[in-house]
Amino acid sequence: MHPAYSVIFFTTASGAGYGLIFLMALFGAMNGVPTDPWFGAIGLSLGTLLVTGGLLSSTVHLGHPERAWRAYSQWKSSWLSREGVLATATYIPLVLTAWGWVFVGSLDGKYGFIAAVLSMMCLLTVHSTGMIYATLRTINAWHNKLTVPSYLCFALLSGSVWFHTLAQMFGYQSPEVALVVIVALFLTFYVKRKYWRSIDTQNGPVTVESATSLMDLGKVRLLDPPTMTENFVQREMGFSIARKHVQKLRRVCFFTYFLIPIILTGLTSNADSFISISGTLLAAVSVSVGVVVERWLFFAEAKHVSMLYYGAETA
Amino acid sequence: MTLLPPRPEPGDKQLGLVIDLDTCVGCHACAVNCKEWNTGGHSAPLPDHNPYGSDPNGVWFNRIHTFEAGQGTDSRTVHFPRSCLHCEDAACVIVCPTGASYKREEDGIVLVNEDACIGCKLCSWACPYGAREYDDDAGVMKKCTLCIDRIYNKNLEEKDRVPACVSTCPASARHFGDLGDPDSEVSQLVAERSGRELMPELGYKPVNRYLPPRAAKKEQGPSGVGASLKPLADLAPDGDNKFLRWIDRVLSR
Repeated sequence: MHPAYSVIFFTTASGAGYGLIFLMALFGAMNGVPTDPWFGAIGLSLGTLLVTGGLLSSTVHLGHPERAWRAYSQWKSSWLSREGVLATATYIPLVLTAWGWVFVGSLDGKYGFIAAVLSMMCLLTVHSTGMIYATLRTINAWHNKLTVPSYLCFALLSGSVWFHTLAQMFGYQSPEVALVVIVALFLTFYVKRKYWRSIDTQNGPVTVESATSLMDLGKVRLLDPPTMTENFVQREMGFSIARKHVQKLRRVCFFTYFLIPIILTGLTSNADSFISISGTLLAAVSVSVGVVVERWLFFAEAKHVSMLYYGAETA
Repeated sequence: MTLLPPRPEPGDKQLGLVIDLDTCVGCHACAVNCKEWNTGGHSAPLPDHNPYGSDPNGVWFNRIHTFEAGQGTDSRTVHFPRSCLHCEDAACVIVCPTGASYKREEDGIVLVNEDACIGCKLCSWACPYGAREYDDDAGVMKKCTLCIDRIYNKNLEEKDRVPACVSTCPASARHFGDLGDPDSEVSQLVAERSGRELMPELGYKPVNRYLPPRAAKKEQGPSGVGASLKPLADLAPDGDNKFLRWIDRVLSR
């Protein structure tokens, strides 16, 4: 599948934003961090910026961005529509939580409940992003039970490293905050490795023979494509540059979103404030790079069944 | 609405195509006539970039692929026209966030409302057959309409109220009709020739059917012509002419 930069930026940025808001709301409501107005304002603003920037960039690849509001209408059937509805609805508890934290100065009682609702809605929004891909039976690598968990893990991971950085900066570092980062790192590493093993070993059910209904004649291969030049379907679904470099890029992922951040977090977490802030910040940057590479691979590695009509041997 | 219409009851109208892979000669006339009709029809215009240059590019609703099937002397060339199959469980309709993509309840035709399409292209990802093509001039998705502007068109003579691809096929390899009616000509044809779905594993229940190529003849037919030609090298040169055979022997020494 062709990796559109707007979609990569959207899914990674909004994932990080929802991850950060999820942890802010959760820790805020459970008194895991103090309800310091500045901490709340900066943390929730950064999350909102990431989410909003992502959502806006997702409209860039549309043919008619001015009609994007129509995407709220089909939530009954379409995960893309559900994602739009949930993403927009999440702004309501987000604004209320920010109000409670920054202006009221407390996330107890009803503001605590709203913060809990906010953290749930962050999870649901990321879940529906994953479901857009996971429900496409035409792309075997995405129609996988680990696609949605991967999206959730990467949102949690990228949110947690920025949360950790902010907590260090404000001096609200605690063993619980560091624990969330470590758990997210290992969980993401495990889920994504399992996902890669699964897509490496399983081809989809469709063959060239069943795609052409010519199974009785034996092995089927393409002799002539419809045209000499590439058409929309080939450009959109037939992207194959990454497949040559898969192993190299997966190693880049391993280093950037797992090994480097885990070493930095482990070594600097309890050091002086300057070193620990620099360490967690570097870990957050490294994870962010890794998540972008991972998301690019998620698209570029995925094969679409329609390519069987254009000479692909498996799908 | 992007919800699919109620599941068709037996006998409900399901318009579609039956494509005969035995008789298709791969002339691409159906694709050309499709482009010609539709660039002035319901989804007009169809982009046609750089048509006389080195990299021509544009939207086509119907494309002809040529496959080779089988091995050795049993192998054969099969021309394979591919267009929208107007699935009963049309995934392209369900994923549409705006309701632009829809399946008609009255005849099962899958269409795009271009005024509501935001051009997100998700429907093209959901289609296993690569049947939808994006119009980057208009910023909307386009697809085969089963020539909805011909089949119900009272201004055309009745014999012309079929999709453009069907009307133009010189080999009569394309048939149009109601596949929901078990007694229709197309349904009879499918029953007789064991018509097939494409990619039945995915469960989208396409309406269109493909008739498999008939088995190749291995025996000599009633015309006296052999089913296959003998390799020329094995034949005695110039038959019974003794003089020529003598020359052949002399020269072969």
